Amino acid sequence: MQQFKMQPFRKLDGVAVSLRRDNVDTDQVIPARYLKVPRAEGLGDTLFRDLRYDAAGNLRPEFPLNDPARKGVSVLIGRKNFGVGSSREAAVYALVDYGIRCVVATSFGDIFAGNAVNNGLVAAIVTEEDIEKLLSAVEQTGRAEVDLEEQTIKSGNYVVPFTIDAARRTRLLNGWDDLDLTAQYKSQIAAFAAKDEAARPWAVPAST
Amino acid sequence: MTQPLTLFDKLWAPHEILKAENGLSLMWVDRHYVHEGSFQGFDKVEARGEKVARPDLTFGIADHYVPTHARNLPIADPSLANMVRQIQENTARHGIMLIGLDDPRQGIVHVVGPEQGLTIPGLLIVCGDSHTATHGALGSIAIGIGASEVSHVLLTQTFWQKKPKRMRVTVDGKCGPGIGAKDIALSIIARIGTNGAQGHAVEYAGRAIRALTMEGRLTLCNLAIEAGARTGMVAPDETTYAYVKGKPFAPKGAEFDRAVAVWQQLPSDPDAEFDTEVSLDANAIAPVVTWGTSPEDTLPIDGVVPDPALLDDPARAQQVQGALDYMGLTARQKLTDIRVDRVFIGSCTNARIEDLRSAAAVLSGRKAKVPGLVSAGSTLVKHQAEQEGLDKIFTEAGLTWAESGCSMCLGLNGDIVPPGERCASTTNRNFRGRQGPGARTHLMSPAMVAAAAVSGHLADVRPMLQGRA
Repeated sequence: MQQFKMQPFRKLDGVAVSLRRDNVDTDQVIPARYLKVPRAEGLGDTLFRDLRYDAAGNLRPEFPLNDPARKGVSVLIGRKNFGVGSSREAAVYALVDYGIRCVVATSFGDIFAGNAVNNGLVAAIVTEEDIEKLLSAVEQTGRAEVDLEEQTIKSGNYVVPFTIDAARRTRLLNGWDDLDLTAQYKSQIAAFAAKDEAARPWAVPAST
Repeated sequence: MTQPLTLFDKLWAPHEILKAENGLSLMWVDRHYVHEGSFQGFDKVEARGEKVARPDLTFGIADHYVPTHARNLPIADPSLANMVRQIQENTARHGIMLIGLDDPRQGIVHVVGPEQGLTIPGLLIVCGDSHTATHGALGSIAIGIGASEVSHVLLTQTFWQKKPKRMRVTVDGKCGPGIGAKDIALSIIARIGTNGAQGHAVEYAGRAIRALTMEGRLTLCNLAIEAGARTGMVAPDETTYAYVKGKPFAPKGAEFDRAVAVWQQLPSDPDAEFDTEVSLDANAIAPVVTWGTSPEDTLPIDGVVPDPALLDDPARAQQVQGALDYMGLTARQKLTDIRVDRVFIGSCTNARIEDLRSAAAVLSGRKAKVPGLVSAGSTLVKHQAEQEGLDKIFTEAGLTWAESGCSMCLGLNGDIVPPGERCASTTNRNFRGRQGPGARTHLMSPAMVAAAAVSGHLADVRPMLQGRA
């Protein structure tokens, strides 16, 4: 697998799956034992590993992602508080490497939402009322259309609006990498560092 | 007249290099802690062929994958050995100080940072670990970040943040005997939920917080992330200065005095406004345990397991039933009837010297009915405990006294709870599979874990402390 590059995200019409669970923590998204796998090897197989497979390594047919009709899924509809817990960015790698480009929920763990934008994954927030509509619609139609410019998600007859931080939306639409943005402030950073060190000499660790 | 400011506002402003048109602030980082799990961040630096901007402000610590046994032997599992070797190679390549596996100061990053005086008040601290908020206990902004942000900080010593909202959690009153920071922290999470502090920087305030030792404050702030907070913090005071003074990397002499004069200005102004306020009465806080698979699933030890049939919200009922199925519990079962298979005392949450003392106070002269592992938060804590004879109390009770690391909190080093087994644990997350695939975790304080160990089931520690210090 190639080194990941940010891709602009505008619209997506793809297979969608529902995951009717609150508080899906990043330990569930990718169990800790896979965290030492280098990104270059791809982490798609580790996604929801212990939910997709039982202890003997057999697929759990009842888990939504294991439905053969949801093969090639690119939109995941969760519920409340998706991606809480551990800061492991590998949770986002696992989703992205599996093919998922958009996760929808009523709220997200803060660190997860930050990691998502750094990997071109849209973390879309909808209301509690709309998430239930969307979950039901997706279970029937098996598809969803995400429009990041219009900030809407459509499945069957339902069109629901979603929110996302404006700065994150701009980055996703353009496929911008944070580091490229920061590069233009190089001189300000250097000036700040010099001034700060004079003002707060105690903030630099004492040598022992 | 100037506008009254919160602790968080006062910490934020001097670290804000600029605020861009999109509302994001570019923030200066005073300390960047890296560990074995930060390899993805280093890989990105390598991929760009660039150098670490400020190796003098970056500190490496081996904790997540280190063995807790047989440190005199090479690490048997090559994949684990590779993780420990990578942090050695990455830090050496970039001239970053490493507190590695063989260093006498080795331990868990969130224990070692404050212990070494690397974490002091008035800083902005980041680490690729969600429990970084721990360091806020000294009156700093401490934020957990992902791997892309780790690489950004390595390359620029800055990162982008949207300024969080401000929340104050006030805990007044006085905790009863046997009740401590862990009970306060879990009670807060039970009250506001695992997303209750999302998007907020939390300041813990009030008499019960001021009364906490630095160890207690570190435990409290450690668990801020489990309420969804960006960070947690306690305003620095005399307790803080006394803790920091004389630590190896802390400012010394006149520099220390000058720093204290600055730190004394940090506490929130009397009329400062917060976006959200929560208050708890410490007198009403009981020893608590978790029953489910989220830290918000917390109840006082004299309670019973919830009954999904009694819940109005069908989604919540389904969630509770799922947790009970995973945990192997039945509705309305008394919490004190829940038998445990093993115990774990350790982690960045509860493995400091005070934690070990409080567990030992219960275990002294008693035998554990189940096996258990005790892993000190740092090698220095381990040595101090040994000097105080605590290791003997643990081993005579039948528990295993181990080396320091993240260990059974998440099982990366192979210290796992076997499938289906139930563990009373001083750690921070009772997520499904957190301590190993199929493991069942109950979170509680070190004293309560000790009580579970000698009882063989979840138990109220208070009667066991009678007649003891």
